[in-house]
Amino acid sequence: MSAAPDALPAPAVRARYVLRLADTSLVLAQRLSEWIGRAPALEEELGLANVALDLLGQARSLLTYAAELEGRGRSEDDLAYLREPDEFLSATLAEQPNRDFAAAIVRQVLLDAFQMALYEGLARSEDSRLAQIATKSLPETRYHFRYSAGWLARLGDGTEESRRRVVVALEDLWRFTGELIASDEIDEAMAAAGLAPSASAVAARWSALVSEALEGATLERPPAVGPDTPVPCGRRGEHSEHLNQLLSEMQHLPRAHPGTRW
Amino acid sequence: MSSQWPLYEVFIRARSGLEHKHVGSVHAVDARMAVEHARDVYTRRQEGISIWVVRSSDIVASDPAEADALFEPARDKIYRHPTFYDIPDEVKNL
Repeated sequence: MSAAPDALPAPAVRARYVLRLADTSLVLAQRLSEWIGRAPALEEELGLANVALDLLGQARSLLTYAAELEGRGRSEDDLAYLREPDEFLSATLAEQPNRDFAAAIVRQVLLDAFQMALYEGLARSEDSRLAQIATKSLPETRYHFRYSAGWLARLGDGTEESRRRVVVALEDLWRFTGELIASDEIDEAMAAAGLAPSASAVAARWSALVSEALEGATLERPPAVGPDTPVPCGRRGEHSEHLNQLLSEMQHLPRAHPGTRW
Repeated sequence: MSSQWPLYEVFIRARSGLEHKHVGSVHAVDARMAVEHARDVYTRRQEGISIWVVRSSDIVASDPAEADALFEPARDKIYRHPTFYDIPDEVKNL
């Protein structure tokens, strides 16, 4: 955090930053909950559902805060259920489908490490609301990483088939990680004002956590994403068809029955 | 799949409890996973602050057929119950 904070970014900028965090947690929670009824074991189903519930809780706190910053009278539910896909600012990695359990675990390791790095920094944010949400989320996120890294080790250092699947998933998903550690004008404005950690600090911590998980799984770290690979733009609202499908399922009920209470 | 995984017995110590109590069992491939599964299955509602797991196959049980020989002899020795003592109020856990 800078010693002499710059002027506070406009509420709209802060709202957008918070929405990115909220949407990444929300989309990942929805992806994880797709395992319910399909997980390899009852105990694992509860494990995945618990992670999904933690993420949903984080998303709710963040969406509520984003709605307040936005000041347009929208609720957390309005933001979750009544926005179009191109208004979602989640990282592109979060919407990647559950191709198999290995893909879900690799996605989880990469995002858990990202959230851990981010929340550790945000816990010291000058924005007390963000600091409070990050502080509350950190123990949850540490557990998520322990859980996903444990599975990565079992799969990577397991059978020939489990290793093959996890290597395929890592090769497939690695290209989406550039977005997690990239920064744009919103990240920079937040960091300059002491409201968020710098992108370089998050990147360094993320990288160390991912290396630790990969080593534990005897997996080789893929080479850094080259400049010729396009950086995904989920955090700017540009998504693949995967997000449309995910949202049409998630938003179906409140859209089909506006004002429904549950 | 889980039917092939070994069974672990789960013991949880409640916040106010002094000892771990058996609460059930989980399937898991290793001890670490067993602790995580026990956490996810049995502590969702803040039931505990400590977990023990042990492979079910490592538990040695008494033989029900020997119950008479093991437990009958204690039946008529009521003087072993500490009902003949006054317990001071200061003693909290006996």
